[in-house]
Amino acid sequence: MPDFVAGLLENLLTILVTVVLAIPAAIRAGTPLLYGTLGEVYAERSGILNLGMEGMMIMGAVSGFAAAQTTGSAALGILTAALVGGLFALIHAFASITLRVNQVVSGLALTMLGLGISSLMGKQFVGQPLAARLQPLEIPVLSNLPIVGELFFQFDLMVYLSIVLVPVLWFFLYKTRLGITLRSVGENPAAADALGVDVTFVRYAAVVFGGMMAGIGGSYLSISYAPAWIEGMTAGAGWIVVALTIFAMWDPSRALLGAYLFGGVRVLQFRLQPLGISPNLLNMLPYLLTILVLWLSSDQAAKRRIGAPAALMTAYAREER
Amino acid sequence: MTSAKPEHTLAVALRGIVKRFPGVTANDRANLEVRRGEIHALLGENGAGKTSLMNVLYGIYHPDEGEIWVKGRRVTIHSPHDAITLGIGMIHQQFRLVQTHTVLENVILGLRERFFFPEQSARPRILALAEKYGLKVDPDARIWQLSAGEQQRVEILKALYRGVEILIMDEPTSMLTPGEALELLHILRRMTAEGLTVIFITHKLEEVMEVSDRVTVMRAGKSIATLETAQTNVRELAQLMVGRDVLFRLEKKAVTPGAPVLKVENLNVVSDKGLPAVVNLSLEVRAGEILGIAGVSGNGQRELVEAIAGLRPVSGGKILFQGEDVTQTPPRMRIERGIGFVPGERWMALIPSMSVAENMILKNYARPPIGRKVFLDAEAVATHADTLIREYAISTPNRQTPIKRLSGGNIQRALLAREMTERPALLLVAQPTSGLDVGATETIWNLLLEERARGAAVLLISDDLKEAMALSDRLAVLFEGQIMGEFTAQTMDLEKIGLMMAGALRQPTAEPTAGEPA
Amino acid sequence: MNLPSLRIEKRLSSPRWLPAASLTVGLLLALVTVAVIFATLGVDPLTAFQRIFRGGFGSFYGLQETVTKSIPLMLAGVGLTLAFRGRMYNIGAEGQFMIGAIFATGIVRLFPTWPGFLLLPAMFVGGFLGGALWASIPALLKTRFRVDETLTSLMLVYVAYEAVKFLVYGPWRGSDTRGFPITDEFPAAAHIPILPGTRVHYVTLLLAIAAAILVYLLLTRTKLGYEIRVTGENPEAARYAGMDYRKVALLVMLISGGLAGLAGMGEVAGIHFRLRPPEALSPGYGFTAIIVAWLARLNPLAAMLTAFLLGGLLVGGDAIQIALNLPAATVQIFNGVILLFVIASELFNQYRLRLER
Repeated sequence: MPDFVAGLLENLLTILVTVVLAIPAAIRAGTPLLYGTLGEVYAERSGILNLGMEGMMIMGAVSGFAAAQTTGSAALGILTAALVGGLFALIHAFASITLRVNQVVSGLALTMLGLGISSLMGKQFVGQPLAARLQPLEIPVLSNLPIVGELFFQFDLMVYLSIVLVPVLWFFLYKTRLGITLRSVGENPAAADALGVDVTFVRYAAVVFGGMMAGIGGSYLSISYAPAWIEGMTAGAGWIVVALTIFAMWDPSRALLGAYLFGGVRVLQFRLQPLGISPNLLNMLPYLLTILVLWLSSDQAAKRRIGAPAALMTAYAREER
Repeated sequence: MTSAKPEHTLAVALRGIVKRFPGVTANDRANLEVRRGEIHALLGENGAGKTSLMNVLYGIYHPDEGEIWVKGRRVTIHSPHDAITLGIGMIHQQFRLVQTHTVLENVILGLRERFFFPEQSARPRILALAEKYGLKVDPDARIWQLSAGEQQRVEILKALYRGVEILIMDEPTSMLTPGEALELLHILRRMTAEGLTVIFITHKLEEVMEVSDRVTVMRAGKSIATLETAQTNVRELAQLMVGRDVLFRLEKKAVTPGAPVLKVENLNVVSDKGLPAVVNLSLEVRAGEILGIAGVSGNGQRELVEAIAGLRPVSGGKILFQGEDVTQTPPRMRIERGIGFVPGERWMALIPSMSVAENMILKNYARPPIGRKVFLDAEAVATHADTLIREYAISTPNRQTPIKRLSGGNIQRALLAREMTERPALLLVAQPTSGLDVGATETIWNLLLEERARGAAVLLISDDLKEAMALSDRLAVLFEGQIMGEFTAQTMDLEKIGLMMAGALRQPTAEPTAGEPA
Repeated sequence: MNLPSLRIEKRLSSPRWLPAASLTVGLLLALVTVAVIFATLGVDPLTAFQRIFRGGFGSFYGLQETVTKSIPLMLAGVGLTLAFRGRMYNIGAEGQFMIGAIFATGIVRLFPTWPGFLLLPAMFVGGFLGGALWASIPALLKTRFRVDETLTSLMLVYVAYEAVKFLVYGPWRGSDTRGFPITDEFPAAAHIPILPGTRVHYVTLLLAIAAAILVYLLLTRTKLGYEIRVTGENPEAARYAGMDYRKVALLVMLISGGLAGLAGMGEVAGIHFRLRPPEALSPGYGFTAIIVAWLARLNPLAAMLTAFLLGGLLVGGDAIQIALNLPAATVQIFNGVILLFVIASELFNQYRLRLER
């Protein structure tokens, strides 16, 4: 009997340790998703669905890597990625806000464009290791704690930045003047317009911000996570981000949960491989989980009657009769 | 405070405003002069150009020609933002409120308040304003929790908070109960007493007489006359507004109602938000009679007709059609059995981008002669469309024209034609003339009376009390999903109806009474 | 505030030539844009365009390759015109293609000894069913649980990719493949006949043309087609008229998925004669088919032509890939830019731009 209990305890302990040890990896894997989701939450809050996140993330990945590699500065790489992501989003903004084209198709087109340009741009970088590595950030005291410090305080700046952004973006959205304006544009653009809010500008700003976040998320992959440029390295992360936005119910604070959940699945993929499960079947997990998450959140949204921003996917034009 | 110079007594002057839209001239050299501190009514039929003119003043539309003078200065208004800067505010017929925001958040939207927690810094001033003008509303409530009257108060608060001097209100009483409308009038009086100017868009003659100091009448995009309200009367205004005698040529023949066609028993229906919309409602409509449902919109009208049409699940009670229980019958079966439906929201029943011909077969495409086993009979589709266009005098270039290109009156006529040609035993009609001009209204009314003469049972939903009273053989008043009382054509009493619409009066016997022969 | 601003207003009437003109201008602008992108990335656009055109259309070899590649594009593209008309954003044709290929292969493995006149039809049916089955998942999630079909259909592409990989790396890997992740070659009875001297598996081509005509007739001449169009244009009106939204949504998804599945079957049985890893089976046919459908303005007959054009582009893309040593995904630049300009040009049929003040 005591043997059995001891065995059980030991097993439980092993599982617990495994899970805890996996958390840092899950956080790393979830970080690009977190950036992307936060960006998409803002874009959709303004009423614009950006299905081009995949294209913007991959452009961020390639341009970030290229800039970091040529300048030798990871920071410049990330900055470039943000700019390029924002520039790409600007195209989507122009198409969907000014030209009022179908937002689904425009986003799709930008994803194709991003995949194409990134492969061409990145050709010369394939197989190169990144010289300008991002170093883990030394946090006084915390990083030096035994175990805990090693586990949770050895990330690089980009991880901490994404975590800090969660409350900041939440606060901005709900408790500031511009946040109220942003939400109103996504809910009722006519009302906002009538009060002198520049609906077009707000939407452009939100979409471009979303693209910048996607770019940064992509650059995290190529500058910190890999760190290398691999063609098509986002592998659908941009689409998962769109699903996570629904899962997060357009709330930045819930984005954290979703992103790390998916990060965890990514880690699980690698941890389960030694057990003899086919890597191909394991690779299906994030996509199947996305479908499951969409299913559950659609159901939940229906039950709690929490919907998307009311004006999501509707172009706004003032002088229409 | 106000200078006595003559040009300064004018709050607003619009001179020779022209606003063209593709295909229509909304304003054709329209003029308007509004004095400081007055309530100025802008009276006109639907489509007369009142709202368009005010949209020009508010910077939503850009005039093609004409001058705008505000407080004695010539101005150009590019956007609502410019208008607000000039002290002009506008409250649209459909409130421009963000449903998920709180009252405070709505009030401060678009203003340069403090960056963090902006609504909190604004709170004291907003509460003070509400107090001063008697605008009772919970500052932290979310808009979707408020009644139409309360939402309107939020709109007024928004304008006042922006330091509005000239307030434009578009059909402000259309969503209100008579009681709420009275309260609004008090608020407006308080505002003008403080030196504010109010422009009041309306098509209701009585309202002009009750509320305004002066009135400008518009017709077909032009301003026809400006009069002191005290020196005019309803009859004169009506003639100016319509351009001819307003008496409708309504041929309301006496029809003896036949057997009951529709019987609704203790019906309960839930709204989109999951709240009870129709509560234990019972009614009966017989062949050859029009049962009107009056009430402020949003009191369950939409849910009621949609439930009868089968488009909305019923949470309790029964719907009997020609004696048979159809409560669970799918919509297609109800159509086939003879229930026609003209919804208040027209585009719910039409496909804007499709041709007139394709819209005309929406109800009968599945059966001969239009629909064969698998295919549609193109020739039959064409004949059907041409017949309807001819018989109902639908003005369209041809049957291939996309229906959205037609005028509002013709779209409505086409919709009615499609439903009536099916010769339904029961016709559900909601807001049949909303947005139509006088001529079109008259045609539609006569079409409905023809249906009644043919022996159809007609259930008529209308926000327009005039319309409901003119057409109905019996009139039921709906409030919060319940019938407050019922009148026959002989017993209709405007005052009682008004009280019932506000929920302040209820007939002791809310049982459905079979209509006496008209 | 007084800067000149771009305004968009509705056109009252549009001349007959306008759609064709705006599309042409749109495509020309797309080419210019692609040229600019190429030049920026250090690829000489003139050389690239020349190679692409010559590769795709400039020789008999190129033309027959173009026709060959247009077969899957036509099948999947025609299906998507139907889906999009019914307002089902099926962007997962690529996945349905893969499952169609798997099912066709599965049938070969089940009945390896069947004669061709039995086996090939069985494979076609299997391919169609496979694609339809895969498309039914987003369709059912949409109609039963209101889950957005755009994302689910796309996620299933990745799942289908992994499924193909799983099979060719695992249980279905051939016995005589020298370690390559491919299945054994199909028996001769499972080969779709080919036009001599080409790679054109004409049976599939005929099926694709038949599919285009049938879908066109379905949309324009039948009661069901009317229901699909009404549902797509105005779902609320469809409900009002008592149309069964679920039936329409499910049907257009099943047909479009099935046609994509047929395309996958055509590739394994007409080109490769075996199941191979996804990147070898398709250069993104299912995604390019989206452009085929939009470029054709959702007209299935026009999709035959646009499939041919984009087939040529794919062949030309292969040509520059080899000649100029460019990555395979380069052709996606064309896809993205063309799609953007096509939807933008569509707008000018209904609206016109005006510069104000």
